[in-house]
Amino acid sequence: MATMVTSTKQLPQRKSGGGSKLPGSNGRSGKGNGHEGPFPEYDSTANRYRIGMWVGLASILMLFTALTSAYIVRAASSNDWKALPMPRILLLSTAVILLSSATLEYAKRKLKASQESGYKTWLLITTALGLGFLASQLLAWRQLVGQGVYVATHPHSSFFYLLTATHGVHLLGGLLALVYLIVRTSKPLDESFQAKRLAAAGAVGIYWHFMDILWIYLFLLLFLWR
Amino acid sequence: MGRVLAVIIWLLTLGSVSLFFVKKWWFPTAISEHAPALDRQFMLTIIVVGLAFTAAQIGLGYMVWKYRETGNRQRALYTHGSSKLEVIWTTVTAVIFIGLAVMGQSVWASLRFNEAPAGSFPVEVVAQQFQWNFHYAGKDGVFGRTDPQLIDDSSLNFIGLDDADPNMKDDAVHSVLVVPVNRPVELSLRSKDVIHNFWVPQLRFKQDLVPGMVIKVHFTANTVGKYELACAELCGQLHFKMKSYLLVLPAEEHQALMALPQEDFQTKVTELLTKYQLPAY
Amino acid sequence: MSGETHAEVHRHPAPTSFIRKYIFSVDHKVIGIQYILLALVAVLVGMTMSVLMRMNLSWPGTNWPILGTLFPGGAPDGMMTPEFYLSLVTMHGTIMVFFVLTTAPQGGFGNYFLPIQIGAEDMAFPVLNMLSFWVTFVGFIVILSAIFFSGAESTVGPIGGWTGYAPLSAVGQIAGPGQGLGMNLWIISIAIFCVGSLLGALNFITTLLNMRTRGMSLMRMPLTCWAWFTTAVLALLSFPVLLGGGILLLLDRVAGTSFFIPGGLYISGLLSGTDARFPIHTGGSPILWQHLFWFFGHPEVYIAILPGMGATSHILSTFARKPVFGYRAMVFAIFAIGLLGFFVWGHHMFISGMSPYSAMTFSILTLSIGVPSAVKTFNWLGTLWGGRIRFTTAMLFAIGFVSLFVAGGITGLVLGQTSLDLPMHDTYFVTAHFHLVMGVASIFGMFAATYFWFPKMFGRMMNEKLGKIHFWITFVGVYCIFVPMHTMGISGMPRRFAQFTEYEYLKSLHPLVVFVSIAAIATVLIQILFYLNLFWSMFKGEKASQNPWDATTLEWNTTSPPPHDNFAGVLPVVHRGPYEFAVPGAPNDFLMQTDPEPGEVPAGEGSGNGHDGHKH
Repeated sequence: MATMVTSTKQLPQRKSGGGSKLPGSNGRSGKGNGHEGPFPEYDSTANRYRIGMWVGLASILMLFTALTSAYIVRAASSNDWKALPMPRILLLSTAVILLSSATLEYAKRKLKASQESGYKTWLLITTALGLGFLASQLLAWRQLVGQGVYVATHPHSSFFYLLTATHGVHLLGGLLALVYLIVRTSKPLDESFQAKRLAAAGAVGIYWHFMDILWIYLFLLLFLWR
Repeated sequence: MGRVLAVIIWLLTLGSVSLFFVKKWWFPTAISEHAPALDRQFMLTIIVVGLAFTAAQIGLGYMVWKYRETGNRQRALYTHGSSKLEVIWTTVTAVIFIGLAVMGQSVWASLRFNEAPAGSFPVEVVAQQFQWNFHYAGKDGVFGRTDPQLIDDSSLNFIGLDDADPNMKDDAVHSVLVVPVNRPVELSLRSKDVIHNFWVPQLRFKQDLVPGMVIKVHFTANTVGKYELACAELCGQLHFKMKSYLLVLPAEEHQALMALPQEDFQTKVTELLTKYQLPAY
Repeated sequence: MSGETHAEVHRHPAPTSFIRKYIFSVDHKVIGIQYILLALVAVLVGMTMSVLMRMNLSWPGTNWPILGTLFPGGAPDGMMTPEFYLSLVTMHGTIMVFFVLTTAPQGGFGNYFLPIQIGAEDMAFPVLNMLSFWVTFVGFIVILSAIFFSGAESTVGPIGGWTGYAPLSAVGQIAGPGQGLGMNLWIISIAIFCVGSLLGALNFITTLLNMRTRGMSLMRMPLTCWAWFTTAVLALLSFPVLLGGGILLLLDRVAGTSFFIPGGLYISGLLSGTDARFPIHTGGSPILWQHLFWFFGHPEVYIAILPGMGATSHILSTFARKPVFGYRAMVFAIFAIGLLGFFVWGHHMFISGMSPYSAMTFSILTLSIGVPSAVKTFNWLGTLWGGRIRFTTAMLFAIGFVSLFVAGGITGLVLGQTSLDLPMHDTYFVTAHFHLVMGVASIFGMFAATYFWFPKMFGRMMNEKLGKIHFWITFVGVYCIFVPMHTMGISGMPRRFAQFTEYEYLKSLHPLVVFVSIAAIATVLIQILFYLNLFWSMFKGEKASQNPWDATTLEWNTTSPPPHDNFAGVLPVVHRGPYEFAVPGAPNDFLMQTDPEPGEVPAGEGSGNGHDGHKH
């Protein structure tokens, strides 16, 4: 970020409300302008990462909302709906991804405490758990394929493969982000870099927990709601 | 420049409005019971629309004429708006627009919120790519059983009629829709392949035929004659040729036709198609 | 705040290599221009297709030797086949809606001017911004490839219209020409486009929320920024739904699933499940696709028009030399349109077999959305009222936007009514309505934006004389094209017919059809003048000053074109709302957002935010 060098030092102190002395804009005189409290924190990388992450998650949420409504409509609109038996290994997936959220939180705590090696270790553990989750999901697919249940077998199986695959692709994105965090542990530390790293770790944390909750939701949708 | 622009805006407005006013190209004469009410609602709406359109364009032209920059160095009016005006025009437009929306429901409700009245003439419609099939129950008033498994275009069993069903003996299937005048008609709309749309301009009536669904709609035709029937939902290569006719017959002529055995039915319809003429356009 | 000014200036150096500077640039300004260039290419393709369509409709059966040479499959003996025509319909719609109306207003002008207008030196995530353009670009290449890879089918793309209704689009080759590989490419292209747009939307929202400069409170933002922001929110929430639908549709086509394909279909002599070309399907819902599509599709209409509204408000105020009338009402109207835009998608489906009761609800919500649109129109007129209007080309197009927005939008009152949809659905009345409002009005907004901002983007002025000729002919031309289409629709002329020769009741409309075609061809030809003006002015135009229009917002506070980091390392500070024209007592008839309070100007003012054309 460039620092702000403005002509402000030559300007008089703002009055509260920041309004113009002239009849102000927007049909109000003096008031109604700039009532934002403090100015936006321009330099806040953490803020930007966090806003960007939440905005991104909103769109991912919409994707899964759309697929969910398709799921509900499709299940209700015909009589060809056959319930898919739950592959047992999905319970393992669920446990693994829950655990990975915990380990990531632990890693973040290490980072805040500036424990470099601990941070790195716990990130690696989280990554391994993430990979484990994906592997477990693949095994679930293989189990189903072994039973002769394919993507086109019946609508429930179609949705099962579709939802797990879509979730998996998003989780893969999360894994890439974790790898990025790990790579960045090897860079030398200075203050702004540390701040940026905290911001990045925070954003990745939000994403990872979201993927965790999303999986729980999908799991319940697929095998409880049916 | 401002004056030229104003004049052009006004001329375009005049041209646009007169195109609607002279009605050289307009609705074909209606032949259904619900059409007069629908046409009235259309005219009401188009008058509101026309007035609003004209007022806005005249206003726009006036602004650019009156407030064009001229030689004097006077500044523009310094104002940020008026809350009073905002409230007024928001309320007025809301009342007009939502009022129109509510009024626009009455014809819709009469056609779609209730089932066909008892004594309606039933027809099963099966659309397929570029062809209409109208299935008539015949004398007994009972439709023969159909099954997609039995469909065979090559042997002309377009709708999959089951030969084993005794009810089908007097049934007829034809590409022309023949209905009695002044009697409600109930269509059961189905499609074999993709989405089609049943559309007869004179009926002021349109409905999609969606594969996998049976959609029941009803209307009453009140003028005897022959009318063109089109598909109005893109259904593939020859969509523009998926054409048939609607024949509205006097009750006796219609009854006599429905009593005919299959083969005679076919020849009689062909005869009727030449007997009745399309309206002059 | 005065105590915390930083002493040092450290600027981001501009990249020097050609590739980093112009191709894979992370500079929002370069990316904006890339988007605009993409749209300029796409619109040429789309317009050419519309001319071909008009030729086929007005002079059916005519031999066009050049067509026969170019498309021996699609136009044997120079006569267009119906499938060729229908693929033109599809590609014209898709290219125009996605790659023109979504890219230029938002990705193009939004990218270039949103950061500058809020006083930021770039987007929040520059690399993501670059990715969003290049992803969109790949989407464009994929849709173009559909032109060529459908060659064996004698089409220039799939057949399905831009809405691609299932099951026609879902069952594959057996449904006839235009349902093969071209359709897969169409879906893939749209899916890629969705991803690109989502990345862009994410960036817009974050930038606007997080990167406004000092003093730039939300209610001091130019209306353009509000429009881009709302558009980004619409894109963010609607594109994922289309993406989801697209994935389902593609699975139906390639994996044999049955999301949209019901059971028992019998197509081209084949019953579902009895032949390898048509695997078994059961229970899918064609209407589900329509819901998913239109949940995206209706907000998409506002994605196309909102930036045009923003630009129009901005330009009307600037050249009427007058503050925007009812700024707050304008902001609320934008929000109301955006919000309601999510609850009206069903008006595309009144006669689809959807419940008639939900149709009624959608109808009433639909007509409600006319209210904020009308409020905007009133406020535009209010902005002109009492102004001192300068008729630059940009201003002409902005006024044209208002005229066309009214003309196109107001027929929504007809189409939004359930009853009146019975005769009007899928006729040329609909074609006329949405072309005027989402096509032509949006494009007029973009023409206005181009003539207005060109000096800032390229440091040179566009030729005003050519610009005005371009305006007059285009303005009259589009009225001549689209107003007669309304009466065609009232007469019952259906959309997406390759020819009107089969129906007696359509024959009397032929003079109108020919008239529209001639108007269309003339209007398309005059666009050459625009292209010439644009590219000639880029290199040969008169040099532009920093603020040639005496405008007030931040982009006029920096050089033309702006430096790599927009404000040469000195971020502006904002003191007032965006449209302070004709302020009584002020030395000029405009006060820039950065101007400090008059009367409190300390000696030596102007060092930080120097702008010419503004003398104290």
